[in-house]
Amino acid sequence: MAETRSVAEPYRDARQQRDAAMLGMYVFLGSEIMLFGGLFAVAAVMRLLHPAEVVEASKALHVWIGAVNTAVLLTSSLFVALAVDCAKGGRRRGTGAWLFSAASLGAVFLAIKVYEYSLEHAEGLLPGLGAPLKVSTPVQRAFMDLYLVATGLHALHLLIGILLLLVIAIRAASGRLLLPERAIVPVTAGLYWHLVDVIWVFLYPILYLAR
Amino acid sequence: MTALQERPEQADRHDRGLSETDTERQSYLRAGHSLGSWFFTRDHKRIAILYLFAITAFFMIGGAAAALMRLDLLTSAGDLLTNEGYNRAFTIHGVIMVWFFLIPSIPNTFGNFLVPLMIGARDLAFPRLNLLSWYIFVLAGGFTLFVLIAGGVDTGWTFYTPLSSMFSHGNVVLAAVAVFIAGFSSILTGLNFIVTVHKLRCPGMTWDRLPLFVWAIYATSLILVLATPVLSITLVLIAAERLFGLGIFDPKLGGDPLLYQHLFWFYSHPAVYIMVLPALGVVSELVAAAARKPVFGYKFVAGSSIAIAVIGFFVWGHHMFVAGQSMYASAVFSFLSLAVAVPSGIKVYNWAATLYKGHISLDPPFLYGMTFIGLFVVGGLTGLMLAMLAVDVHVHDTYFVVAHFHYIMVGGTVSAFFGALHYWWPKIVGRTYPLVWGRLAAIFIFLGFNLTFFPQFLLGYLGMPRRYHVYAPEFQMLHVLSSAGASLLGLAYLMPLVYLTWSMRYGAPAGDNPWDATGLEWTTPSPPPKHNFDEIPVVDRPPYDYEIEMEGEDG
Ligand code: HEM
Ligand SMILES: [Cu+2]
Repeated sequence: MAETRSVAEPYRDARQQRDAAMLGMYVFLGSEIMLFGGLFAVAAVMRLLHPAEVVEASKALHVWIGAVNTAVLLTSSLFVALAVDCAKGGRRRGTGAWLFSAASLGAVFLAIKVYEYSLEHAEGLLPGLGAPLKVSTPVQRAFMDLYLVATGLHALHLLIGILLLLVIAIRAASGRLLLPERAIVPVTAGLYWHLVDVIWVFLYPILYLAR
Repeated sequence: MTALQERPEQADRHDRGLSETDTERQSYLRAGHSLGSWFFTRDHKRIAILYLFAITAFFMIGGAAAALMRLDLLTSAGDLLTNEGYNRAFTIHGVIMVWFFLIPSIPNTFGNFLVPLMIGARDLAFPRLNLLSWYIFVLAGGFTLFVLIAGGVDTGWTFYTPLSSMFSHGNVVLAAVAVFIAGFSSILTGLNFIVTVHKLRCPGMTWDRLPLFVWAIYATSLILVLATPVLSITLVLIAAERLFGLGIFDPKLGGDPLLYQHLFWFYSHPAVYIMVLPALGVVSELVAAAARKPVFGYKFVAGSSIAIAVIGFFVWGHHMFVAGQSMYASAVFSFLSLAVAVPSGIKVYNWAATLYKGHISLDPPFLYGMTFIGLFVVGGLTGLMLAMLAVDVHVHDTYFVVAHFHYIMVGGTVSAFFGALHYWWPKIVGRTYPLVWGRLAAIFIFLGFNLTFFPQFLLGYLGMPRRYHVYAPEFQMLHVLSSAGASLLGLAYLMPLVYLTWSMRYGAPAGDNPWDATGLEWTTPSPPPKHNFDEIPVVDRPPYDYEIEMEGEDG
């Protein structure tokens, strides 16, 4: 019964529907990669044109805060993977709990990020807020611009991810999301989460470790 | 045969009941009459109709801006519009025509309507996403119109920095936001098509049996999904610069204005293929149906769509030959631009070979198809000229470029759009239109188009720069010719609106397959029922499986 209920209109069977959802998510993630790809291209151009200044600019960032945040995100991805495992096994509470933990780590990441921004603001490194900047070269200024846009866009993605995981966590725990039949929902949301995570894994070296 | 029996009572034109055929009563058009049944529909066919209305409206708005420009250009002084006003007019024209007419035109109307029918599916993979994408599109379009008319933007559709980021007085940020939002609609639509083609093909519909239109839509979708986000991020960077002074493109702040052009054209050259690939797909269908022969070199025609999509990503630098990019980069981009013309050439040759010795019918769809082929060849060949470094230095930013891309985007894509409209109209509404009028409109469009845009090649070659409305008096003659042609073209574009609308009520019922064509869409009733197929079809033969009767053999 549950099986038929979870097959929607254009599909012949549950498997076809699941495959379609997976592919849809992969295609979407492909377009996300191109979105950040534009920023990576900007970073590459900057690095090629002004190698020495970019290295200098990178040294001004708080590399350890970035490192901690990297660890936080990677751990959250682990939790998401565990949640997916629970979902496939039909364990509702486990799914909800792991998703909730992952979302919480996402929130921790954002909190740390805000703290880091405030430090940089105090140091006169963060553009865009009207405060006088203490950058030494135009390239450092451009680098910080890029830093702000890239990490800001990433934070926005993370925020969306957190909301997504919370909604699914609640629906899974309360039983409104049929598990394991609809395990595809946490699976695809998890894919999104992993991608946001992976993007950070690239942003971190490009921005912080260029020193 | 059935078509004749079901023919409505022609004399009694006020009786709705009588003028409705049985198939029509069971069709998607009659499945629900309330507004809600249209605006909350998930039926791909109804969503296609919603798109058809939306893009027709945008086509008219963009056309009105063009009419204003052509009127102003009648004289060499700028006496109709102010300088600012002229800049705003061509910005409205470009932005609306590119993002709100051409990009969604064929994919979102005919792609939506036909892809599921052609591959034997009941709907697209994600029907709700499809509807959402329409709402995003309409929202973005309405917002754009408001921004462009109320505030005005004077940067042109290209939003070049530093004009857009530092000097322009208009609402660049809002316009960028609007185009950014429209991008989501493009991405969602592309995603939907990709998944549909991969996962919802009916049994037996293997990749080498896909209709060429579906191949083209698939290739287009790849570009939509991979190129649009690059435009999105570029627009974000422009907005960030104007709002917060984040100067990625501002040399004073360590940025690089040329970087903008790279990012923009990395999207926008592939975007020109978003605009033309679906048209190429349509024409493949029209040619096969008109020649009544299997398409010559099916695999090459299908593969060339993919080749165009891929190579199209690597030629953007041909827009920057005189913008100060490295000479070596220019040489490479020039070479790659010549290479991208090869797959387009393959298509044209294969169409010609398909037509060779075919029983060619000169019905309206094929007249539009031929219009497309002729004008596309001219547009493509002049593209090759532009891709030659030395020639481009001479004609860059002149009317030559304007003529080049209008030959492809208007002469090509818009003609193919009308071709598709005339070919599948009987399927969409279930009625046929008067063929004579269809032929006349096609001929007028061809003549009007050439009269409008051929003089622009000459103008450009003689040195008339684009985007100026005050010009040297010796150019006036050619401008007047062009404006005269534009009036003819404008009228010709309105003709189908009249007789196609007329046909919805007074046309004769079309029957399932009025053109006697192959393809699963013609196996359904016209108009198709809500769920397309009562039973999912099974395909057991190659595409375009026409019985060949050579011209030479029967006579
Ligand atoms: C197939 C569909 C095509 C479309 C829809 C198209 C459209 C356009 C558009 C819109 C522009 C002007 C952009 C602007 O400055 O506002 C343009 C310029 C150009 N096109 Fe095409 N084009 C097509 C094919 C080609 C081909 C096949 C080539 C060369 C092989 C080509 C070469 C060029 C070049 C070199 C320019 C830049 C000219 C200049 O600004 O100096 N195009 N095209
Ligand atoms: Cu181009």
